[in-house]
Amino acid sequence: MSLSTALRTGDLAELPSRRDEDWRWTDLRGLIRKIPPAYVYEGTGLAPEIMVEGQAGQIDFYRSPFNANRTVRVSNGMVAGLGLKEPGPLVFDRHDPVIALDVTNAGGGFSVHNRLTVRVPHGLSAVLLESHAGNGDHVVSFDLDIDLEEGASLERIVLVSDHAEAIVVRQSSVTLAATASYAQTVLTTGARRQRLETRIAHPGAQASVRLDGAYLLEAQRHADLTTVVTHGGVDGTTAQLTKGVVRDQARGVFQGRIVVERGADRTDARMRHQALILSEKAEIDAKPELLIFADDVQCAHGNTVGALDEDAIFYAMQRGLPSDRARAMLTAAFVGEVIDRIEHEGARAVALAWAQQQLGEL
Amino acid sequence: MLSIKNLHATVADKPIIKGLTLDVPAGEVHAIMGPNGAGKSTLSYVLTGRAGYEVTDGTATLDGEDLLSLDPNERAARGVFLSFQYPLEIPGVPALTFIRAALNAQRKARGEPEVGAPAFLKLARETAASLKIDFDMLKRSLNVGFSGGEKKRMEIFQMAMLSPRFLILDETDSGLDIDALKIVAAGVNAMRSPDRAMLVITHYQRLLDYIKPDRVHVLSAGRIVASGGPELAHELEREGYDKYGKAA
Ligand SMILES: Nc1ncnc2c1ncn2[C@@H]1O[C@H](COP(=O)(O)OP(=O)(O)OP(=O)(O)O)[C@@H](O)[C@H]1O
Ligand SMILES: [Mg+2]
Repeated sequence: MSLSTALRTGDLAELPSRRDEDWRWTDLRGLIRKIPPAYVYEGTGLAPEIMVEGQAGQIDFYRSPFNANRTVRVSNGMVAGLGLKEPGPLVFDRHDPVIALDVTNAGGGFSVHNRLTVRVPHGLSAVLLESHAGNGDHVVSFDLDIDLEEGASLERIVLVSDHAEAIVVRQSSVTLAATASYAQTVLTTGARRQRLETRIAHPGAQASVRLDGAYLLEAQRHADLTTVVTHGGVDGTTAQLTKGVVRDQARGVFQGRIVVERGADRTDARMRHQALILSEKAEIDAKPELLIFADDVQCAHGNTVGALDEDAIFYAMQRGLPSDRARAMLTAAFVGEVIDRIEHEGARAVALAWAQQQLGEL
Repeated sequence: MLSIKNLHATVADKPIIKGLTLDVPAGEVHAIMGPNGAGKSTLSYVLTGRAGYEVTDGTATLDGEDLLSLDPNERAARGVFLSFQYPLEIPGVPALTFIRAALNAQRKARGEPEVGAPAFLKLARETAASLKIDFDMLKRSLNVGFSGGEKKRMEIFQMAMLSPRFLILDETDSGLDIDALKIVAAGVNAMRSPDRAMLVITHYQRLLDYIKPDRVHVLSAGRIVASGGPELAHELEREGYDKYGKAA
């Protein structure tokens, strides 16, 4: 049962619904009445460019926020230069192990499905700078498989700017070999309905995972950050931090599950979810779960959902900051903890600017 | 400068300030002493506009301008500063970032040009040195993980940086060791000037040995029940508040 299967087969019954435990807060079956036709590119030459409203009201071309020597562009499901939907694996280059993956969806009324694979060869430290943007009421399914070979490390930063009317499911599946390390930061502004799901097969074996995210939602947007980390062997670590800011009638969903399988002793896994609700009608649904079947583990989770600290706001106002500035400052600082954990300096700066812009608009 | 007339205020519908009248002329330092729960901190919050502190009667003006109808940040821009009895923590915002944002917000409200980063940093370094504050502390999130005394010292640092006209110090001496008390008092005294005034709330004569008040008032059960010169503080130290009645 998945959106991608539904898109492929046209069978509405394949859509996940609220009756599926893992999808109870992100119902698709009740939302999608008819599977939209798959996008067909009928033009010639370059793949379609996405356009967004410019500041002065004119139309500008969307530009990926990231810069890298190697950029892989995916437009309405077509991998640029290849015209393929499911190309072979993207393998990081030893001499310049940075890839910008720039995924855009332009227009509405269609569906798109992609499946990509990324591989980090053994011992290599790589960076994946991923951005997703859209400007229509499309239905998008995007699957990414990430393989880390022994001793490899990958830092993946994902900035998601979907359209308010888009319905989107992105699922990444990460497989780590021994001693590999994987760090992920996902920042999103949500969509009409949006699920960003990460599944990590953790071998233990001195491998480490940092799994971070932030959702910044306004109007009637929805975002669902779902993660499943399965520790299958001894001596693995996972550090997870997800933050959320919701206002208006927006709805944020966090489902974090860490499974420590039998025998995965000496696992160290920590999960924290913190969210700010900035208006009465906004909603947060959170389900942090630790399922521990091993001994001698260090596992903890924390979950706090609340409003801004009004005492701190008064304090800031007493010092001269207007209420909206004080609130923006405290909110940005709250989200800042997630951004500070990004190691790649350039990406951290881009992510900070991106978040500041979203928060300014929130 | 500050003029309070027949002020009545409630907290959670409970009357706390009950007909308080007080004048603090420019250039003067007035001390307020009084038993626990008398309403001293409440007065400081009413003057600075904290939500939940409702004025039901009376007036408070600064140089003739009504304070009570202004937002807290507007009062700050007019020069009202409160050194909190319990300073708040601002997670994720370095002290310097916070203070610079506050200073420039005040200046903007007054129609003054913003202070650029180099000038601000120079001022911050000099001020930190005079208050014996480790400059690295100013790069940490404001007050997060600071000791009680460090928080109080940080209040005075902010006060010096913001250069207010009317200063309210709510038990700034509590939590300070002897050396810190002297440093803080010197910082406060450096701000005394003919066009500034101060309200110093304290329980102890000791602070007033360093910050010499022009007048001392006793606040009990929401009102000023006695006023006098500096000798009143000594008398209170000896005899307590018995003859002024208990707090409400
Ligand atoms: N939120 C509140 N709800 C109800 N009562 C309150 C509230 N805040 C303060 N009070 C009451 O108001 C009274 C005055 O409190 P305030 O903090 O002003 O006293 P104070 O004079 O500063 O005392 P201290 O010397 O202990 O600092 C106290 O009786 C206190 O319990
Ligand atoms: Mg008090």
